[in-house]
Amino acid sequence: MGAAVIELENVAYSYGGGELLSDISLKLQAGSFHFLTGPSGAGKTTLLKLCYGALVPTAGNVRLFGKDVREMERDDVAVARRRIGVVHQDCQFLDHLNVSDNIALPLMVSGRDLLGEAANLNELMNWVGLKSRASAAPPELSGGERQRAALARAVIMSPDAVLADEPTGNIDWEMSQRLLRLLVELNRMGKTIMIATHDLALIRAAKTHVQARVLRISNRRLQLAGADL
Amino acid sequence: MKVDLSRIAELVVGDTQADRVVPPTGFTANLTLFSAAAMAFLVVFALALSMATGRLADRWGSELARSSTIRISAPDGQLTAQTEAALRVLETTGGVASARALDTEEQMALLEPWFGPDLPLDTLPIPQLIEVIEEQDGFDADGLRLRLTAEVPGAVLDDHTRWRRPLVRAASRLRSLGLISIVLIGAATAAMITLAANAALAANTQVISVLRLVGARDAYIARAFVRRFTLRALTGAAIGTALGGLAVFFLPSAQPEGGFLTGLGFHGWQWLWLLIIPPLAAIVAFAATRTAAGKTLRDLT
Repeated sequence: MGAAVIELENVAYSYGGGELLSDISLKLQAGSFHFLTGPSGAGKTTLLKLCYGALVPTAGNVRLFGKDVREMERDDVAVARRRIGVVHQDCQFLDHLNVSDNIALPLMVSGRDLLGEAANLNELMNWVGLKSRASAAPPELSGGERQRAALARAVIMSPDAVLADEPTGNIDWEMSQRLLRLLVELNRMGKTIMIATHDLALIRAAKTHVQARVLRISNRRLQLAGADL
Repeated sequence: MKVDLSRIAELVVGDTQADRVVPPTGFTANLTLFSAAAMAFLVVFALALSMATGRLADRWGSELARSSTIRISAPDGQLTAQTEAALRVLETTGGVASARALDTEEQMALLEPWFGPDLPLDTLPIPQLIEVIEEQDGFDADGLRLRLTAEVPGAVLDDHTRWRRPLVRAASRLRSLGLISIVLIGAATAAMITLAANAALAANTQVISVLRLVGARDAYIARAFVRRFTLRALTGAAIGTALGGLAVFFLPSAQPEGGFLTGLGFHGWQWLWLLIIPPLAAIVAFAATRTAAGKTLRDLT
């Protein structure tokens, strides 16, 4: 295992007077594969947001690539996010751009020349099976296509880590297996993967392909949950 | 203050990729364009008013300040003698550059606006007027009055101060009002563009959230909005300035009988002032949108 890509140390997060997460410590080593599970409302999405600097902990420390989020300028957090691909359950596309442009969005915001990246973009579209849907508008995509497009956008900057929040929540089993295979393939390329899901069948299926740690949030705390799966 | 030309060029030329990430917003675009055009149109008139009153104040302040009038009222037989005596007094008065008695035609021209062109001046007891032009340092008005009282009993010196001062003051105030109007119009433009920018930013919180998710810096997001609003304000102000300039150009030309109002406009190089209105509007829009975008992005977690 390599160095910690993302590290949480005794992290707590409170919102609206209530503590959502308490005393969370977690190290996502380079090339590791994690599942994050727990009931709805347990704080999986909050924990993921803490992991990519979208939220700042109310106690404890979050380090992205060795740097404490609290000590980072906003621009530094933005640049760190380019090294962490994020896939949301609702995908979060810009509907006025086509699928290809949405996937290329991280390249645009980082000032890369899209013409120079055309071959990579094409290859990526092919990898997620969306080459024929490049010029479609996001609302025209099916649930599975949207998730694959979101995954393509998450990895186009060749990030060190990919965090996925319920990526299979809105798609059928076959499509979720296809998405899982893509994530496993990324992990084999050395990417750190963390998937937040309450789909235990997906976790069992993944464990036949990859060595994954399964973490569960219960009563605001993080526990290792591999043994009972 | 150091001006970064590359950033100005970047703002004008733009980044076609960055421009595409913010969806087009027809309503706020048209609103900004219209507001900038209307405000620029008003600025042209405020500027024209300011220029015209400035010219008026200068004229009243400098030309009339150099001249005085001596009015001689005397019985028929003594009028010529007293006029000559007054001219002799003026010849020996320090600070007087020249002095001359107005002839009958000139006096008629002065009265014509009130009594019409065929005034039988020779049948009326009209006082004789002497125009006195002062040297740079002027003359001692009190001393001259004392000498005139002693040597020309029918002469009254009017150095125009009594009526010139309130006119100059009024013209100066009008000029100040014009300048204040320009500042207020600029502030109103800034307020309107801030509101439009805030509306656009509020309508695009989802876009901002996605851009942040994929690693966009705040400066990148702000620039996409700032450039759009700056260019709209520049375009709108250019249209408004052109229309305002045309309207002023076609105003009736200045006639002596038209007084101040027909002199509203720009003379010669003053037309160049119009060229700075669109860039100024763009600067106001740039600052207003940048401030609004910075605040909104800071407030959005």
